[in-house]
Amino acid sequence: MDAIFLQVLNGLDKGGAYALIALGLTLVFGTLGVVNFAHGALFMLGAFCAVALERMLSVSYERINPDKQDFLGNPLKEQISYLVDWLGADTAAFLQDYSVPLSILFAAIFMAIVGIVMERGLIKHFYKRPHADQILVTFGLAIVVQELVRHYFGANPIPQAAPDIVSGAANVGAWVGLGDNVIYPWWRLVYFLFSAAIIFGVFAFLQFTTFGMVVRAGMQDRETVGLLGINIEQKFTVVFGLAAVVAGVAGAMYTPVLPPDYHMGMDFLVLSFVVVVVGGMGSLGGAVLAGFLLGILQSFASMQAVQELIPGISQIIIYLVAVIVLLTLPRGLMGRKGVMED
Amino acid sequence: MSERKDITRRRVIKSGAAAAAAAGATPYFYTRAFADGHGYMNAPKGDSVTFGFNVPQTGAYADEGADELRAYEMAVEHINAGGGGMLDTFSSKELKGGVNGKTVKFVTGDTQTKSDAARASAKRMIENDGAIMITGGSSSGVAIAVQGLCQEAGVIFMAGLTHSNDTTGKDKRANGFRHFFNTEMTGAALGPVLNNNYGKDRKVYHLTADYTWGYSQEGSMIKYTQPYGWETVAAVKTPVGAGDFSQFITPVLSSGADTLILNHYGKDMVNSLTQAVQFGLRDKQVNGKDFTIVVPLYSRLMAQGAGENVKGIFGSTNWHWSLQDDGSKAFVKAFGTKYGFPPSQAAHTTYCQALLYADACQRAGTFKPSEVGAALEGFKFDGLGNGPTEYRADDHQCFKDVLVVKGKENPSSKFDVLEVVEVTPRAKVEYAASLLGGELGPYNNG
Amino acid sequence: MEKNTALKDTILFVGFAAVVLCLPIILEPIGANYPDLLQKIAIFGIFAIGFNILFGLTGYLSFGHAAFIGVGSYMTLWSFKLLTMNVVPAIIFSVMLAGVFAYLIGYVSLRRSGIYFSILTLAFAQMCYSLAYSVLTPITNGETGLQTRAIRTNPETSLLDADLRVIDQAFGVQEVGVPTTNFFGMAMSGYTGFYFCAVLLIICFFIAQRLTRSNFGMMLKAIKSNQNRLNYTGIHTRPYLIAAFVISGMYAGLAGSLMAATDPIAGAERMQWTASGEVVLMTILGGVGTLVGPVLGAGLIKYAEQKVSSWNEGILENFFSFLPETLQHLMTNIGSLFVGEGWHTTLGLMFMIIVIFLPGGIMEGIQRIANIFKRKSGDNSKGASAPQPAE
Repeated sequence: MDAIFLQVLNGLDKGGAYALIALGLTLVFGTLGVVNFAHGALFMLGAFCAVALERMLSVSYERINPDKQDFLGNPLKEQISYLVDWLGADTAAFLQDYSVPLSILFAAIFMAIVGIVMERGLIKHFYKRPHADQILVTFGLAIVVQELVRHYFGANPIPQAAPDIVSGAANVGAWVGLGDNVIYPWWRLVYFLFSAAIIFGVFAFLQFTTFGMVVRAGMQDRETVGLLGINIEQKFTVVFGLAAVVAGVAGAMYTPVLPPDYHMGMDFLVLSFVVVVVGGMGSLGGAVLAGFLLGILQSFASMQAVQELIPGISQIIIYLVAVIVLLTLPRGLMGRKGVMED
Repeated sequence: MSERKDITRRRVIKSGAAAAAAAGATPYFYTRAFADGHGYMNAPKGDSVTFGFNVPQTGAYADEGADELRAYEMAVEHINAGGGGMLDTFSSKELKGGVNGKTVKFVTGDTQTKSDAARASAKRMIENDGAIMITGGSSSGVAIAVQGLCQEAGVIFMAGLTHSNDTTGKDKRANGFRHFFNTEMTGAALGPVLNNNYGKDRKVYHLTADYTWGYSQEGSMIKYTQPYGWETVAAVKTPVGAGDFSQFITPVLSSGADTLILNHYGKDMVNSLTQAVQFGLRDKQVNGKDFTIVVPLYSRLMAQGAGENVKGIFGSTNWHWSLQDDGSKAFVKAFGTKYGFPPSQAAHTTYCQALLYADACQRAGTFKPSEVGAALEGFKFDGLGNGPTEYRADDHQCFKDVLVVKGKENPSSKFDVLEVVEVTPRAKVEYAASLLGGELGPYNNG
Repeated sequence: MEKNTALKDTILFVGFAAVVLCLPIILEPIGANYPDLLQKIAIFGIFAIGFNILFGLTGYLSFGHAAFIGVGSYMTLWSFKLLTMNVVPAIIFSVMLAGVFAYLIGYVSLRRSGIYFSILTLAFAQMCYSLAYSVLTPITNGETGLQTRAIRTNPETSLLDADLRVIDQAFGVQEVGVPTTNFFGMAMSGYTGFYFCAVLLIICFFIAQRLTRSNFGMMLKAIKSNQNRLNYTGIHTRPYLIAAFVISGMYAGLAGSLMAATDPIAGAERMQWTASGEVVLMTILGGVGTLVGPVLGAGLIKYAEQKVSSWNEGILENFFSFLPETLQHLMTNIGSLFVGEGWHTTLGLMFMIIVIFLPGGIMEGIQRIANIFKRKSGDNSKGASAPQPAE
């Protein structure tokens, strides 16, 4: 019972991450008709926003401390953070402690710019091009972005700590009347709530604003919306920016769970495509549903009892589910006819 | 008609197969190598000799590969200069500028940490760039694949960072040599230390990377902790590159285990350890004991990726820059002065390999693989940072002391992640060559 | 007109064969004339030609063709281990087994079209990869990969670590160490290996050319332009699609088999999605739907992987040694972003530039240049002036 409850939590947590990535991907599919292979790279860029902010908060100068020695036996050059000088040690420590949550803001702004530049500079020229071309050009872009990140940050993962207050594990068992063994990291709970909030926010935005209405109409029938004299181009730019921001903040918030490295985008790329397709191309609800479904199934497939029953299931569960869903439901869980079938 | 045809065809197969068998001992480089008139593959002409450095430059181990390359470049400098770094502390004093009167040059290749790519780049260096030997690498699958290739091609392979038993066990080859230690030695060194620190009769939960090295590491940890009454509660395989390990960690909570052994390396280790700590495992009490985590194989470069989470966690490593013997100090000083940060264990093992190879060539007076190999077999040396070391003739594996380390509680810098807890003497980690099986086979000179 | 096409086809074929056979000479100036790279170019050329039969003609984008490469490689290795080091049976079995796999995967995946088809093929290939890497280790030898070994002396030894080679043994072949693969005594490595692959590449090219021109090829192209219309006229398109899928799967199986024949090792990573992605990139880079394009793309990517990755800083410094020292360092620093360990950047940029400016791949570029020359020489004879759309 404990084990199953915990696996549900794991699944929700994983599902949150999958859903957030898939949401932006399917938004771009649905409205712009673009297969964006650089979406994983956007997630990765978001994660590195957190790294960059942390670095910025600890920009420092060197002061030689003759009392101590570095690894070569030379006098140690101590790194003194500017922030400490300017704001005092306490405030600086506070800011550095909260660098990951703060990076959401930074990532949102940065990713919005990246998204808009990318759409205006590159993607908009590919609306009418075959999907194969879109795949190739965005894949090329993803590689270039990734290599640039590697050039500046190296290939190894860079740890990002969650704020102290949420760095431990919560005794969830006590809340729901299960045993002491049911504990769960605070940060993962935060991440789940965060992803739920973002998903809710995006849906509300599309549901309750005029802008959202136009976008939804565009997803249904792009040509007619264009004929109505609505500046669909501008809307597309905003949609792409929104997708980039969602991917970016999802990446930034994920860093305490998964120390980011330059390759993490590629690792998530295939998975997020599977999620989108299982959910049904161009269906936002489908993407979210599929994200959580696959997250939970993946968690359960990893349980030892299941693995003993079907060896290797934890390795292939995602793909197995994708095959079964696609063969029984031709357009995924909630897909519409005619999207991306050409 | 058809019958006659059949017979002729069979005859062709037969004679063809026989010819192939004859060629088996002296494979495809036969014509080229001997046409040069030197009797071995890529015999150096002119006044220089080319080494081939095959390291991961892209992919998850790119940083380790970059560090290996730095060490190689420095090794070449020292060999050509006849001194500097650990060459000054090395017990063999044969190298006095160049090797066999030739200047050392090098070419590089990207293994991408994929067997196919690694073999392709090694082949390029042998076929196109005339490399006399190949060295490097940062994973066992790649090492074994490239070692096989070098055996076929007829050049010496000096393995880089590879920790699987198979490299000098089941998959050993006459042309291949390994300086790095292996899972067997890790287990033998860690077992007693773990018992001393955590006591007898613990219940262990293994998370194991689902590939050959993982199985081998898990096996040796079980083997060497069993005598102390450590009992395996469960051993669960995790997909390589899983990223999020939460679904494997939560079952540990309710399993009744009080020890978690993470048989992961590289990125998997960083992720699983970070997440295990987040799940509060280290703050737990089970069976009246403090819950503990063990990471059998540490890499300092990667451990930096796990940040604070490595504190107090035991593991083993081939070498660490904080060692205070003359060799290590000389190496750290040379490397640190040149690049501004201390070298990793990957840099250390590859530097040693380059030096050992050059020295063996000098002692043999030739670059011919069989004679260089003979010079390395049973070679005893010291001054390369690991204390007295021997290249065992039976399996081409270096035997030396093994370092047991643990994550440092109060690091003084970002490189100061690990501290050496114990140096397990060679005698305690040595095993019979027959234990791991495999055949060296004959040398191939190309 | 028809005669004209036939003539052009013959010229193209003869030209292609001549270029392929002369590759060791042609590629010498760029330092790519060593056996391994030549073999890889020929092998990936076969892979890309086969892939193009499916993708170029029908428009069905498979993201799982690497699975057939893997199946071909493993089958070849097992043939070496159990039967003989001769490559002929190995190749035949591999192509057949890849065909069977392709039929099974194709039969299921082709129930869907568009991106749903792509994801289905991707899912199957990833499952093959994951299982080969882990659970199927007794057959695939997991991460280490399957290799040929010496003949088994102790029946206790696992077949992964020792071989049987019953055919070779029946003929009383004496083995010293681990033997090399051969084609009736001709070693499969080095230049002979390349020529073996090259001949197969030419044959594969010929078959693909015939297929494209046949009624079957026309039907596939019709599927690409409008499948619905075909369905409405009562034509069942699925058998044609399955046939195309199986043929291209067999090409991939052949490529996988040749990889293992020229270099006897088979590892699971050959089946990873990145390997499937690689052939897609080769095809698009060279020119989808063209016959020569995919081979060009394959050559270019393999060259980048092998040679550009090897230009380290030392080589760069030599290259810029004619410059003053400060400028030399600057250029070396800039250059090292794109070559050596930065070779992926070059690859990425190349994809972007080609797709942005030459949607039809390199073949379109060649076509355009050819047209410029034709216009200059005032030759406006029919047929030559109208550039074929690249797909």
